[in-house]
Parts: sequence; C-alpha cells; structure tokens
Amino acid sequence: MTVLLDVAEFSKQFPVGGGPGTWARLKRRFTGGVEKLPKVFAVDDVSFVIDKGETVGLVGESGCGKSTLVRALTRLIDPSAGSIKLDTRELALKPSRVFARDRDRARIQMVFQDAGESVNPRFTGFDTIADPLRRLRKLRGNALKDRVETVASQCGLPLQLLTRFPHQLSGGQRARVGIARAIAVEPELLVLDEPTAALDVSVQVVILQLLQRLKKEFGMSYLFVSHDLSVVRLLCDRVLVMYLGKIVESGPAVEVFEHPLHPYTQALVAAVPRLHENGSERLRLVGEPRSPIDPDPNVCRFYGRCPRGTDACKKTMPALRRFGTRHVACHFAEEFLPQPRIAS
Amino acid sequence: MTLAPTLSVEGLSVEFRTRSGMVRALDNVSFSVGKGETIALVGESGSGKSVTAYAVMGILDPAGRVSAGRAMLGTLDLLSAKPAKLAEVRGRDIAMIFQNPRTALNPIRTVGRQIADVLMRHGKVSRRDAPAQAVEMLRAVGITDPARRAKAYPFEMSGGMCQRVMIAIALAAKPALLIADEPTTGLDVTTQAVIMDLINDLATKMGMATIFITHDLALAGQRSARIVVMHAGHVVENAPTAELFAQPRHPYTAELIAATPDSAVSLDKLASIPGSLPDLRRADLPPCRYSERCPRKIGACAQPLPHLDLGGGHIVACWNLVPERHIIAPTVSAA
Repeated sequence: MTVLLDVAEFSKQFPVGGGPGTWARLKRRFTGGVEKLPKVFAVDDVSFVIDKGETVGLVGESGCGKSTLVRALTRLIDPSAGSIKLDTRELALKPSRVFARDRDRARIQMVFQDAGESVNPRFTGFDTIADPLRRLRKLRGNALKDRVETVASQCGLPLQLLTRFPHQLSGGQRARVGIARAIAVEPELLVLDEPTAALDVSVQVVILQLLQRLKKEFGMSYLFVSHDLSVVRLLCDRVLVMYLGKIVESGPAVEVFEHPLHPYTQALVAAVPRLHENGSERLRLVGEPRSPIDPDPNVCRFYGRCPRGTDACKKTMPALRRFGTRHVACHFAEEFLPQPRIAS
Repeated sequence: MTLAPTLSVEGLSVEFRTRSGMVRALDNVSFSVGKGETIALVGESGSGKSVTAYAVMGILDPAGRVSAGRAMLGTLDLLSAKPAKLAEVRGRDIAMIFQNPRTALNPIRTVGRQIADVLMRHGKVSRRDAPAQAVEMLRAVGITDPARRAKAYPFEMSGGMCQRVMIAIALAAKPALLIADEPTTGLDVTTQAVIMDLINDLATKMGMATIFITHDLALAGQRSARIVVMHAGHVVENAPTAELFAQPRHPYTAELIAATPDSAVSLDKLASIPGSLPDLRRADLPPCRYSERCPRKIGACAQPLPHLDLGGGHIVACWNLVPERHIIAPTVSAA
C-alpha cells in the first residue's frame, strides 16, 4: 500500500470573541490582540494516513472536530499547525485561497452533507457538474458536454434531469448531482461528509452502493465522515474515532466495532440501535462533554464522562498507543483487550 | 389489550388543500395505544407519520382538514372537540415532544419559566410554587445544576439539554398520552440513547401511553412494544415488535427491514426499495398505494385494501402477504 495522504500533528484553533464589531475590536486592543484570546481547540494534534484505494471512516459526536478536520484536509480552511502531505507534496503551508487555483486542487474533492444546501440554487444539474470542469480542467464546448454526460451516467443520473434546478430534483437525485460534481475532475481522494444523513433508508442504500461501485471503478480513496456506525461498518476498511478534537481510537472497522478498546468507543457502539436486540441495560454516558475552550493539556478529554476514569486521567493526558493494528488513547486500554498483550 | 385503550384512532383521513390539487395525506388510518404501552409509527419521510400526530393534537396546518375518522381519548373525540376543550386537554392529558427542540422552545423566555407556565396552566400549581417545581422537573430529566439551568435561555444549552427541557415541559402536567415526534433526530447516538432511556423510564414510572414517531426502524424496535408501519398515508402493517421483525407479512415492511444497514453483512446484500412514494394528488391513486413499487403485485391489488387480522393484534393491509416461511434470519450482531 502506498500512502496517499499523510496528516501529521495537525491542529486547528479558533479564537473566541475575535469577531467583528467595535466592542470586540476595542477589547482585543486592550487585552493584547487575537493571540491572547481564549481559543477553541477544534482539532488538537491529530496524525493519520490514508492509503491509496482505502476507505477510512471518521466518527464522533457533533462538535468533536470532524468537520473542521475535513475542511482543513480539503484545504477550505488553513490549519493552525501541522502538516498535510498529498503523496510527497506539502499542502498545509499553501493558503487555501492560493490552493483553490492549484494543479492539485482536483485531486482532493468533497461531497457535502446536504446536497440541497451545497449546490447553487440557480445552477442546473449540468452547470453544477460542469463548474469544477470549467475551472480546473478548462474544458469548453463539446468536450465539456461529453464529460458532464459521462459523469452523470456513471452516477446513475438520467441525462434529461441535467436541465433541472436543485429544487426540481428529489433528495436522492440531488445526492447524485453532488457526487457527480465531486468525481467529475477525477479526484484521488474523495471526502464524504455524511452524504446520506438527509436521506431515507431506501434511498440511502442506493447511494451507498453507488459510492462503493464508483470506488471500485476509479480506485479512489474515501474519507467517510458519519455518525451512523452501521453504515461506517459496511463501507469502511479502517475507522478513526474522534472525541473533542483528539483521535481516541483507530483501527480496522470490524475490529473496532466488535472489540472497542476506548471507553468512548464502547459507549458509542453500545448506543447504536440494532434491529434484533433490546438495548435496555447498556453502557450509558452521563454528563456533558468538557469545554473545548483552552482545555487543560494534562487532563484526558473524556474525563468526567468516562465510566472508567480515575485520578490518573486527571494528571496525564493518555497518549495514542499501539496495540497490533489498533491505536488507542486510554490508560486502561489493556483491560479491554481480548487477551492480555504487552503494549508497545 | 385488556383495558380500554388510552387513545384509539379510527379511520382517520386527512386532506390538504394545495394550489396543485387536493393531497390525500392520510387515508383510513387506525391504531390504538393502551395505558403504559409504547407504540412506534415508522415510515419514510412523507408517509404521514407527523400529520397523524398533528391531527390527533389538533394542530394541523389551516390548509389541512380531517375528512373522516375519530380519535378517542377516553370518551372524548379529539377530532370533533371544540377548540376551547382541546386547549384544556392539550398539555394536561396529551403532550407532544417536537422534532427540533430549539425551534419548539420559546427563545426569549427562560426554560424555567416555560416549564412553570405549563404547571400553572394545567398542573394546578400556584404562581409562588411553580418556579421551585420547575426546578424539580429539570432535576427529574437529569439536568445537572437545575437551579442555575432554570434561569438559562434555550440558546445557552446544547441540543441534548434542550430536548430534556422539552421532555420536562411535556411531562410537567403528568399527561396520560405522550407523542414524541422524532425526538432524537439531529442528536448524537450517545445522546439519543440517553434521551430515549429517559422517555422510556418516565413513561413507565407515570404509566403513560407513548406514541413514538421515527424513521429509524432499529430504534423503534428497541424502544416500543408495537410498531405501526406507514406508507403514503396508509397503515400497511401493525404488529408486536418481535413478531414484525421475525415475520414481516407486508412486502413493504419486509423491504424496509432488509434495507436497514444493521441487518446486512455486506453492502451488496443490502436491499433497496425501488421507486418512490406516489404523488398523493393524483385522482387515479390505486387502492394500495404501494402497489406501483411492489414486487408482489397481483390482480387482486386493484380491489379495495383489506385489513387482515392475523391474530395477536397483527394487522396487515395486503392481498398477497409475504409467505410465513420467508423469514429474514436475524444476523448475529456483535455487542
């Protein structure tokens, strides 16, 4: 396996109260500028790789930094620290505005969460799919038309629908337009941000099968963001579990969901409703997540909600440790291993 | 069902007047829920789940009209009751939890005040005692530091907390019937589990009847004793949960179960339901609104819909039932 994307020690912080307005500006002036403002640690020191042709799932609750991470990877926002390497090329240092016109822009594309909200309402299906081709491939005229029609049929979108506007399409058709737009420029990495969250189960299945077929046909790598674990389990080879800006567990999807090692993953897996069992006496999380604003770097982010938490979790932040094919950031991961192994 | 049901909906039909014609959103919907029982209304978006709840609550859009049917709460027919009578019943005897707590709560009133309002209106609580009781309600729904939270506005709280406040408001007057319309959509799975536990616990404690509306079949199966499957304004199947999953008899239910990601071992094995809901404005709607998507369509489907009672409260509206042998084996799912 060759590495396609290598993310190392990536962090993104947002200042709180750095907004516009006279009052905010005055306050910043007298308290020492943006640097001194408290910060939300949206993503904090995250490292992972995506291989060529691999499907990686990214799961975690809302507010854990999934979308920030994804937006930085697709270079829509700039990271605060860390590196993002595509093959051997460093992308993190290029400002996102410059990268928008870069030759590698076409290699990372994104399918957004709500296809209805993420397309221009004044663009027809054709214009939507043609837009990235015009900008990045400089296609015009018949070449453009041919390419749009090829992509549309690959995505199972009837050609007569290409003249329609988004509001004239059904949810499933809109999702197809969003996917067609993203794969039109033949990306190597496709980032999917909850592509099926707004769809009914019957449509969801069709879209998931389409995604799997496209991946086989074009050998793309996927980063699949979702909070639906049953979908992640079906689609993904490997999974990353995030909690408050940190990766707390990673590993092959089947293993992670069958033997979750981190207490948060355990609670997450236990919370998924399943068809053929009753979920009455299950592991439950109590309380609210810790504040992501200037968190104490020596306290585990999960402390306070963790059923296994002890005083040790208050003194040192657990590092991401390796267990065979898995990585877990918990002091007590050994306890949950199927058979005792020595931590490396 | 030994006792008289808390709510019994019989032959409910609802129409919406629109510019492009009459939308027959509900047609002959019947089900009932007993004291302390939890039932789930399940179906795709547009199948009429929420409209059913709105009709029962008497909060249909002005363009909507109940064209037939009764909804009996004890001896009171909610559909023909006077608005003043309904206002008395709503909140005291029936309460509803809405899908999006942020938009359903009043943004410019503290949450404590909003709970106190319900207590004063329906709970026979004096103005002086109401705030303290509101704090108690917040404590009962598991909000930490309730005295301080009672003074907070909805925008200061997370989605999960807002939903707890909605539950506190709904349960403040100890209603006999609770309608929860997709109470956990938009919440994380971990929060969803906690909120559903809370609703279940409180419902059991108060002996409340609960109607739980969801599009998530797995969640419905976990939380309710009986499932009512809806499609395009029809009740297609109504059965005890375990029986429905082990032995779905309506083709639509069978497809819905097969399309739920949890039931499949791999993505290729996951079934998809072809077609989409029929246009409910059409004049030539077939008697069975699923027949145009149905793989088991036969000649008899052109006759008016049957309501076959298979015993044990298992009711199916289909002429060509999925045969009993055709069991979808439960997959062994790892905990």
